[in-house]
Amino acid sequence: MAIGIDKKSVSLSKVAISDTHGEDSPYFAGWKAYDENPYDETSNPSGVIQMGLAENQVSFDLLEDYLEKHSASSNFGSKSSTFRENALFQDYHGLLSFRKAMASFMEQIRGGRAKFNPERVVITAGATAANELLTFILANPGDALLVPTPYYPGFDRDLRWRTGVKIVLVHCDSSNNFQITQEALEAAYADAESQNIKIRGVLITNPSNPLGATIQRQALEKILDFATEKNIHLVSDEIYSGSSFFSDEFVSIAEILEARNYQEAERVHIVYSLSKDLGLPGFRVGTIYSYNDNVVTTARRMSSFTLISSQTQQLLACMLSDKNFTDNYIETNRKRLRKRYQMIVDGLRKAGINCLDGNAGLFCWMNLSPLLEKPTLECELNLWKKILHEVKLNISPGSSCHCSEPGWFRVCFANMSEQTLQVALQRIHNFMERRNSVS
Amino acid sequence: MEHNKKQHQLLSRIATNDGHGENSPYFDGWKAYDSDPYHPTNNPNGVIQMGLAENQLSFDLIQEWVVKNPTASICTAEGVSDFKDIAIFQDYHGLPKFRQAVARFMEKVRGDKVSFDPDRIVMSGGATGAQETLAYCLADPGEAFLVPTPYYPAFDRDLRWRTGVQLLPIVCESSNDFKLTREAMETAYDKAQESNIRVKGLLLNNPSNPLGTVMDRETLQEAANFITEKNIHLVCDEIYAATVFSQPGFISIAEIVQESSMKINPELVHIVYSLSKDLGFPGFRVGILYSYNDSVVNCARKMSSFGLVSTQTQQLIATMLSDEIFVEKFIAESSERLSKRYNYFTRGLSQVGIGSLNSNAGLYFWMDLRRLLKEQTTDGEMELWRVIINEVKLNVSSGSSFHCSEPGWFRVCFANMNDETVRVALRRIRNFVLQDKSAAKKQCRRRSKLEISLSFRRRDDIIMGNVMSPHSPMSSPLVQ
Repeated sequence: MAIGIDKKSVSLSKVAISDTHGEDSPYFAGWKAYDENPYDETSNPSGVIQMGLAENQVSFDLLEDYLEKHSASSNFGSKSSTFRENALFQDYHGLLSFRKAMASFMEQIRGGRAKFNPERVVITAGATAANELLTFILANPGDALLVPTPYYPGFDRDLRWRTGVKIVLVHCDSSNNFQITQEALEAAYADAESQNIKIRGVLITNPSNPLGATIQRQALEKILDFATEKNIHLVSDEIYSGSSFFSDEFVSIAEILEARNYQEAERVHIVYSLSKDLGLPGFRVGTIYSYNDNVVTTARRMSSFTLISSQTQQLLACMLSDKNFTDNYIETNRKRLRKRYQMIVDGLRKAGINCLDGNAGLFCWMNLSPLLEKPTLECELNLWKKILHEVKLNISPGSSCHCSEPGWFRVCFANMSEQTLQVALQRIHNFMERRNSVS
Repeated sequence: MEHNKKQHQLLSRIATNDGHGENSPYFDGWKAYDSDPYHPTNNPNGVIQMGLAENQLSFDLIQEWVVKNPTASICTAEGVSDFKDIAIFQDYHGLPKFRQAVARFMEKVRGDKVSFDPDRIVMSGGATGAQETLAYCLADPGEAFLVPTPYYPAFDRDLRWRTGVQLLPIVCESSNDFKLTREAMETAYDKAQESNIRVKGLLLNNPSNPLGTVMDRETLQEAANFITEKNIHLVCDEIYAATVFSQPGFISIAEIVQESSMKINPELVHIVYSLSKDLGFPGFRVGILYSYNDSVVNCARKMSSFGLVSTQTQQLIATMLSDEIFVEKFIAESSERLSKRYNYFTRGLSQVGIGSLNSNAGLYFWMDLRRLLKEQTTDGEMELWRVIINEVKLNVSSGSSFHCSEPGWFRVCFANMNDETVRVALRRIRNFVLQDKSAAKKQCRRRSKLEISLSFRRRDDIIMGNVMSPHSPMSSPLVQ
């Protein structure tokens, strides 16, 4: 391009050249395959069906319906001062009306079994930002968070990349349906100690991604006791709380705290977002709810780097404070997800495939370990590639979620129409038939 | 029990240091304003906020456009058909039409003298997010950026707080209108070397906050030469690009890159932008990072996951900024209104002997109150500042909060209030200065000075009459 300058490239930072952003994981390789050859019912019926993306598309009609009926209040309308005030509002506390609406929505999801104070709601642009932000606040570079496996691949980036914090795995396996046990927590903690790594907290996802199951009350109690005993923090990512198929099967850490009269609550922080329950990932609506005043204050200051657009806060403040709408939405959404889950689990069973007993989320945790020649990572990845390239389904291999047992796969079911899901199930059925006839 | 309580409240070093910057005097004035905010009827003696660089002068144009273009919003009957696609879209590349519209807007603001590639546009959580992201991409903890003083106080937080990167000042002085010089850059660079601090980049803010001035071609070229020779990055924050309201025009670093590829390594150049100042949309969090370096674009894009622009907002902005007729009209009209405000204030002040740095951009001006200081020190400045906040009831920002090396300068924002408040604010400053003068009179000033101040007052009636309405309190005989 230029002549005459010595263009020795100046280095970028270590953070910039590291691969902790995680995009080289197979989790994303499948997405690329999909992008290059995306399924379409009419124009590309033999394309790759995307089952690696945990999106909720089953309840959009409810949202569209709301907007059509309420366009005046959710939009700026012709009220001259509203647009201006909204566009100028950059206070990192966030719109009070929005915080109130979020707090009340979170209460509704939990069937009123926990109360949320709008003053403790901190806004962030997505749960991605919320998790990173909390990590900055709770841990120093070189410290670690305990995370039960299998977990959402994005945590590798969100918790570690720019923060310099480590993840120490808490191993869970199929012997007890991947539940988190005291032993596993202790073992992980001891492991970290032996390497002189300081554990600053436990991060759980409840309901779990990728398991698609809620954490049971007893387990939550034990985890909170563990955190208390070790004097560390507990972060509960409850991003799928509104996606549990039955309202009373989801127990939030907030309920545990309420039952204990908020003793030791200062070590507990909840992450939430509207990307999954409401299917609005583009709007970047995340929150941190902390019972710790210092964390709330600091998180708020830090949220300057990642605030929610006031335009979006305004829209959601209207929508989520409409109790009729939210009641109906929550219930209908649960019902539809339940139906989808049933459809896919039944379809898989007919093809001879079992899944973990799930009761929440936008995916099921499928067990293909019987299909592996050997229970190794290599065999799992080979099987995954086969499914991607021959069966033309992008599903997520368990290893990308740090699952210690090979052969498990996360399969998303809420990001497509019912017809497409049937096509996917048919393909799986055919694949299994071919395998069985060969063997 | 108490020890345990403290223990489990133990947070990280980042969480417990004051890198958040809120202890800066920059915010003390805001606190004074928050506890006693001016209101024309409810609280006419309250503090007028002149410490917030917001652009509120041209909202009527925006509102008119919004009402006429309901498809730009996914909440209207006309726009709701786009709702689903927009709400689901979380690709960190951003909506293509958003990037295209922003690139085009940036070109227009620069008089179509440069071109911007939409594929180099990366989103961020406001310019705040963009600055931090660049610091993460370009420097390791402990390494440094050089920045000319005076500078926007929040750079201390944005570039340093979580990143661990340092900011080292390049001292600029009033003797040459605070222009950036080669010598000053070299001095700062050498000082860093001596302290064993590795300099990774130079951060410029053009147009400048708080000065309100634009950099001339020679200075820009000087900076370009400097970074090329030292092989360090150049970050240009051009957030006030469309607030230039009079000559000389704005020269973007993009022009230097485009025309001087012989003399500057483009891979070292990165631009920060936002819609918070030019359009007056700070609430929408539209931050833009533009880099000529592919690796930086890729890395910054991945990092943008932590601060993407809401697609609802991307949609609105894409539609608005693609309306080229509206954009041209807006840029011109906004400029004109800023110019009027600037002139009104600076003329009104010069009439009472208060000067300010000659500037042509920004939402503020850089006021010179050096001769009102009891002592030419930071303490003297802070004492005067407290008087201005507590007695004159104006929140202006002290120069020291901008790391200005010379005491006595203050940044005064003028675009965040209506015309009536402007009049009240100016009247308060003038009264304060005149009172100060009459107090000084009693301390045996020379007679000639008295004549000058009296003649200022006579001129008032003539000049102010042209600028303000006949019913303005300024021309009331009760105001002396």
